[in-house]
Amino acid sequence: MTVTGWLQIVLVLSVVILLAYPLGLYMARVFKGEHTFLSPLLRPVETGFYRLAGVRPDQEQGWLAYTLAMLTFSLFGFLSLYLILRVQAYLPYNPQGFDNVPPDLAFNTAISFLTNTNWQAYGGETTMSHFTQMAGLAVHNFLSAATGIALALAVTRAFMHSGLATLGNFWVDLTRTTLYVLLPLSILLAIAFLATGVPQTLAGSVDVTTLEGAKQTIALGPIASQEAIKQLGTNGGGFMNANSAHPLENPTAISNYLQIIAMLLVSSALVMTFGEMVGRRRQGYALLAAMFTLLIAGVALTYWAEANGTPVLAAAGVDPAGGNMEGKEVRFGTAMSALFAAVTTGLSCGAVNAMHASLTPLGGLVPLLLIQLGEVLPGGVGSGLYGMVVFAILAVFVAGLMVGRTPEFLGKKIEAREMKLAMLAVLILPFAILGFSAVAAVLPAALSSLANAGPHGLSEILYAYSSAAGNNGSAFAGLSANTPWFNTTLGIAMALGRFAYVVPVMAIAGSLAAKTRVPVSAGTFPTDTPLFVGLLVGVILILGGLQFFPALALGPIVEQVLMVAGKTF
Amino acid sequence: MSHIRPALVMLILFTILTGIIYPLSLTGLAGAILAREAEGSLVEVNGQRVGSSLIGQTFVSERYFHGRPSATSAPDPADATKTIDAPYNAGNSSGSNLGPIAQKLADRLKEDGEALRKAGIAGPLPADAITASASGLDPHISPAFALLQVASVAKARNLSETKVKELLDALIERPLLGLFGEPRVNVLRLNTALDRLSPA
Repeated sequence: MTVTGWLQIVLVLSVVILLAYPLGLYMARVFKGEHTFLSPLLRPVETGFYRLAGVRPDQEQGWLAYTLAMLTFSLFGFLSLYLILRVQAYLPYNPQGFDNVPPDLAFNTAISFLTNTNWQAYGGETTMSHFTQMAGLAVHNFLSAATGIALALAVTRAFMHSGLATLGNFWVDLTRTTLYVLLPLSILLAIAFLATGVPQTLAGSVDVTTLEGAKQTIALGPIASQEAIKQLGTNGGGFMNANSAHPLENPTAISNYLQIIAMLLVSSALVMTFGEMVGRRRQGYALLAAMFTLLIAGVALTYWAEANGTPVLAAAGVDPAGGNMEGKEVRFGTAMSALFAAVTTGLSCGAVNAMHASLTPLGGLVPLLLIQLGEVLPGGVGSGLYGMVVFAILAVFVAGLMVGRTPEFLGKKIEAREMKLAMLAVLILPFAILGFSAVAAVLPAALSSLANAGPHGLSEILYAYSSAAGNNGSAFAGLSANTPWFNTTLGIAMALGRFAYVVPVMAIAGSLAAKTRVPVSAGTFPTDTPLFVGLLVGVILILGGLQFFPALALGPIVEQVLMVAGKTF
Repeated sequence: MSHIRPALVMLILFTILTGIIYPLSLTGLAGAILAREAEGSLVEVNGQRVGSSLIGQTFVSERYFHGRPSATSAPDPADATKTIDAPYNAGNSSGSNLGPIAQKLADRLKEDGEALRKAGIAGPLPADAITASASGLDPHISPAFALLQVASVAKARNLSETKVKELLDALIERPLLGLFGEPRVNVLRLNTALDRLSPA
């Protein structure tokens, strides 16, 4: 580890916090329907959309109607994306002449982009036409992000409303998020990416003759526009197979800072929006403090592990001072690769600028664990916030048990119904991750996909299902995941991780919205203090640790022990 | 049922807006203001495209500085279901994805390390010298790795080591303000500059 490495890390995270504050307040204005500087331009578009869609923007929905609207929209999105993938050979903008995508891969990819996972069982530059990338995948980069934010807004309103069973209007939240937040930010970021060298062209590839006279074919495409929303929407589905490690997706140190800041920005800002909208900014700061405490711990462990290198590298004569550069790019080095790896999994982004499969055992443990902790650090756009609210509810419940009082969060009593639903939601993750991993670990059809033997093979499987159920999308990519077994089961895990999680959460929101707010009294446990932040961090760690420690012990932890003992597989 | 119309209409409208208008207008804008970058930052020598300044390429000749090992592959021409090693295949980016205690990794590192030793490189190897990059297309090497290659390149080109080292020093990209980014050398840029200095 170096001082400049740490300085870069601190600087990037500080910029995020500084930008998140004004963006969070701006978003609160947008979502409350107030006038903003973009309103003169966008209000006519917004009302035009409502008119064409037959939406009455002032009509609020209850939790069930809101959830059904979201599910209907997702279903149509799934069908249309599946269709585009299946017929891309007949559609325009296919300069490389790619074939139609086979059914199992199309199923997996459609669910993947619908659920904001962006798991990629395909290599972008060898599979997807430009039309599919632009009008298929990138559209759902916008819409799955907007859907996540809409759901988080519905949960936020549960604490704004008192004795009122509505949570806003899904179509309005979706439209405003896309028009006022994601699209303007994407345009700005795409132009910045262009300036750093990210291509934006409709050409499919270009052939060059190298200095030594060999032919090199360089895949190109409309990358900058896609890269921007991929990061801002915590999607993470790269245009290219190597994702943000590819020099055309992420060409310089500056573009790399922009990528990290962009993927953290909206999720962090939403926490501020939450504090602002419920009228308690301090609550926003407290949640953000818990998120960044755990995130920074993760960054530190990964950076330390990667900067130390491995015995295998040392045995081959590599200077340990340079750390572990297998699967990393020179322009990023170990510091910015470690920061990216922790951030992309603390979020549910899943973009990668280094190959996670080649991280050191402890360096690879961190991304895996951060996904399993529920991706609330600060989590995917929207999903991070509503996930954190669930943890906060669990934390006040634990606190309530300790002092023997009915727990409250932001003036809403947390009772048996909310607790049951919260448990239902948090159990989805271990069910999908451990259930599928256990089957895959003994199934010959699954085991034949492994690239690494020994504990790393188990980690590949565990990482795949964690990434899918957590809607992350990064991978220990040695696993050949483009098989009917993995395409199907990972697709199911992604759908469970998104929809089976959010339906109980929305039911909690509906139930809380209908309750009247209890006034703060001497017996109220304050939820915006360092004590609560500590409790929240404890609940997240204990819950995640209890569920996943045995599996982790057989994967990265035993791998670390074997590495120190000098074993290879 | 009441959700069907808004779902369909919103999907169509947003597909047009974010899937067609947004990328195509950016493509137009890019072509107008940043045409070189938009087309992939291609490098020309004597009017011929020799590569992209952002994409690494294979160098085997002793007259050139060499980049990092690359783990990219290509379909086997003999059997399309298999792949063959194809370093710096810029149509199919990929890392090795080998775990930290994989025997395959240990073997590859040993082999590449011995090849460098045979080429006359002594002392501890810089971290990037025998490790495969994440994309398989890393255009850069560390200044330390470049420095180790100066002697052999100078000998192959009949140049003085000082001269080659001067050229290398001029092309080392240092962190902005001593802080932002890693020190690095663009191998293609270095080798095209070498060719200008001592044409074949």
